[in-house]
Amino acid sequence: MAEEKSTGNGSSPEIPKSQPAPVPAGVSAGAAPAPAAAKPAAAAAPKPAAPPKKSWPEPKFNEKDGRLLKTTRYWPTELWPHPWQSASYRNGAMMLFGIIAGLLASGAAIGELSTWGDKLYALIAGFVASHGQPAVVTDVIWVAIKVLIVLHVVLINGLWAIWWERKISAHIQSRVGPTYAGGFHGWAQTIMDGIKLLLKEDITPAAADKWVHALAPAIVVAPVVVAFAPVTFGKDLAAANLDIGVLYIFAMAGISVIGVVMAGWASGNKYSLLGGLRASAQLVSYELPRGFSIVPVLMFAGSLDLSVIANAQAGYKWGFLPKWFIFYPVVGQLAFLIFLIASIAETNRTPFDIPEAESELVSGFHTEYSGMKWSIFFLAEYGYVLLASFLLATFFLGGGASPFVFDHVIPSWLWMLGKAMAMMFVFLWVRWTFPRFRSDQLMDFCWKFLLPWSFANIAFAGLTLFLR
Amino acid sequence: MSDTQTAVEPEHKIRTDSMFVNLGPQHPSTHGVLRVGLTIEGELITKAVPDVGYLHRGTEKLAEARGYHHCVVLTDRWDYVSAMPNNLVFCLAAEKIMGVKVPPRANALRVIMCELNRIASHLLFFGTYGIDTGAFTPFLYAFREREMILDLFEMVCGARLTYNYIRLGGVMLDVNDAWLAKAKEFIEYFKPRLDEYDTLLSFNPIFMARTENVGLISKETAINWGLSGPNLRGSGVDYDARKADPYCGYEEYDFTVPLGKKGSCWDRYYCRVQEMRQSVKIVEQALAKLPAGETMATGVAKVPKPAPGEAYAHVEGARGDLGIYLVSDGQGSPYRMHVRAPSFINLAILQEMLVGNKVADVIAILGSIDIVLGEVDR
Repeated sequence: MAEEKSTGNGSSPEIPKSQPAPVPAGVSAGAAPAPAAAKPAAAAAPKPAAPPKKSWPEPKFNEKDGRLLKTTRYWPTELWPHPWQSASYRNGAMMLFGIIAGLLASGAAIGELSTWGDKLYALIAGFVASHGQPAVVTDVIWVAIKVLIVLHVVLINGLWAIWWERKISAHIQSRVGPTYAGGFHGWAQTIMDGIKLLLKEDITPAAADKWVHALAPAIVVAPVVVAFAPVTFGKDLAAANLDIGVLYIFAMAGISVIGVVMAGWASGNKYSLLGGLRASAQLVSYELPRGFSIVPVLMFAGSLDLSVIANAQAGYKWGFLPKWFIFYPVVGQLAFLIFLIASIAETNRTPFDIPEAESELVSGFHTEYSGMKWSIFFLAEYGYVLLASFLLATFFLGGGASPFVFDHVIPSWLWMLGKAMAMMFVFLWVRWTFPRFRSDQLMDFCWKFLLPWSFANIAFAGLTLFLR
Repeated sequence: MSDTQTAVEPEHKIRTDSMFVNLGPQHPSTHGVLRVGLTIEGELITKAVPDVGYLHRGTEKLAEARGYHHCVVLTDRWDYVSAMPNNLVFCLAAEKIMGVKVPPRANALRVIMCELNRIASHLLFFGTYGIDTGAFTPFLYAFREREMILDLFEMVCGARLTYNYIRLGGVMLDVNDAWLAKAKEFIEYFKPRLDEYDTLLSFNPIFMARTENVGLISKETAINWGLSGPNLRGSGVDYDARKADPYCGYEEYDFTVPLGKKGSCWDRYYCRVQEMRQSVKIVEQALAKLPAGETMATGVAKVPKPAPGEAYAHVEGARGDLGIYLVSDGQGSPYRMHVRAPSFINLAILQEMLVGNKVADVIAILGSIDIVLGEVDR
């Protein structure tokens, strides 16, 4: 840090000495010689006489289209030290890198847990037995580990998905998105934002119903964490092997609507109220086509257990085509599309984002939320996006099954993650491309189009099964 | 017995209340400080009262205390999204009173600047209308192109928003070859972008569903409310001041006036998109046959004191028929300046149009009228 400072202070006054021309003209050209000349100067004159003169570099224009070049639009690193060079940033970044590396390592550990699981369980059981505790303690510890892992899947997903969404939306819109925080494509932006949101004032409006207002985010976010319990993250890799997994997930996901309505009602804001009303209508409506669209999948797989559904899609047709449900003629694609559309509607994203329609209702049900309460709504939203992505991958894309016959190397959890992320990309892509429906058009689309077709699809599936 | 009665007449038992919602003055979609008092039942509008005046700066009165040259500066602040036609209309009116003849190169430059500014203004509309209907991406595409136009303006007059470029008797500065090359390059760059916009937003089924049968204005209604600009042409009325009463030599350029069919929000929207095409065409022609010569008329005094008289000039601004009525009493400043602000007049129809629509439609209609509050309140 001290080194940095002395160099920084020594170099700047040196520029006018060695170059009689005014600083701004030769900044870009003189950037290379200036630090070289700075070192002997810093040794010779440790105390600078005048404060460093700061000026912006000469703007450079692109030859072809005459636009201002990127390098001169951003931080003028030639004149001012880049924040990355300061020790505080570096240490913080290393710390964050450590955190992320730890998370990644634990992610990899989760992935291979299916092979270690039994050993780990035996280890815990042995440890508990050696301390003379009853066997139930083993299960409690075991469940706690699983819960922690699933919880962190949801939480880390929030960090990742928001950064990813910002980057993807930026590149879709010919911007660059976050670039500073963390250095590499602004990967630490969400972490910084999270810290900021934690430090922000938590405002409860005077007109708000205090308790309901505070409770609403919790009711929105809790079900999404709970709903992850039966989700398979790879072959036979789920926190809980529920034989009614699908039903359970849909039941849990339905609870969040209550939180949204509570948030809209309790905020004491008319826009929030409208948002809450719209949300309740929309979410309840879209539960139906969403549920019915996967009935064909359940019919083919013959089970509500997610791992059974995933395993039913193993193998290859004609030696190369994976037996994924999306490749079932007509039925598979129709079910996939309906489920995808209904999932987008369930997660309140464009083109179905009418509950939080920014241009109409300011922010809908979370207009009156700030700080961490506000971000919890987002955590829930991205949690649901991840849930829908995993469900899409499980129901239609074969779960952890590899699309290639010859592939025996890549672990199933990696395939699962890859497919889920591809589906998540579809979510982001759709969001940044389409305009928004109107509330009544949304209802029409659900009741007059999606729902009849999902019924028809069940009939198609029955016909296929009957003819088989 | 009472149970059956309840079943027969449920509306007497269920008490419904209408809700009053303030749309604005601080709202993401009012594009400025417009306030609309909405009375809604559920999502249905039963009453809408636009409330203007939050941005009133009294430019008409201010003009009475300023010299003619200084008044041009005031005009920049009305419709700050397209300030060139504002400059132009004042200069036209003042030149009428003074009897100044503008050199042909200055006229061509005026046309180029006004049309470029029309493109910039319509791009802003295109972008914000996308946001109004929930699509965020078109906004940034539009701004990418608008930025280039603003760069062009910056090159020629140093300002990006309030230009003060068109002066009494001509224009502030002549353009150089570098500018002309850049302008041509922009035109070439911009033409394919318009097709991109059509595929991205104009013919998007969701967008069309949102706007196609919403906010219908019939020909008669449009004329009765005094609409002008794309709002009038969206209803199919063929009126464009550039054709009806040509100024600055618009009669020399070959362009058509795009018309809508039904007068819906989509028609008004698409009129503007097509107008961008026509503006590109005009700029192209003007750049191709830009006459040589002076860009400022001789004989415009430093402190003009025109003979007593009055003049009305109007131009086709980006938002409609922008007019100025100027009265001189022989002094150094206008005796009276009155602005026919198209945004203000177009806004009035809102109170009739909004009733019976959904809340989401309010935004679509408000956006399609394309007002600039600087011009509404002046």
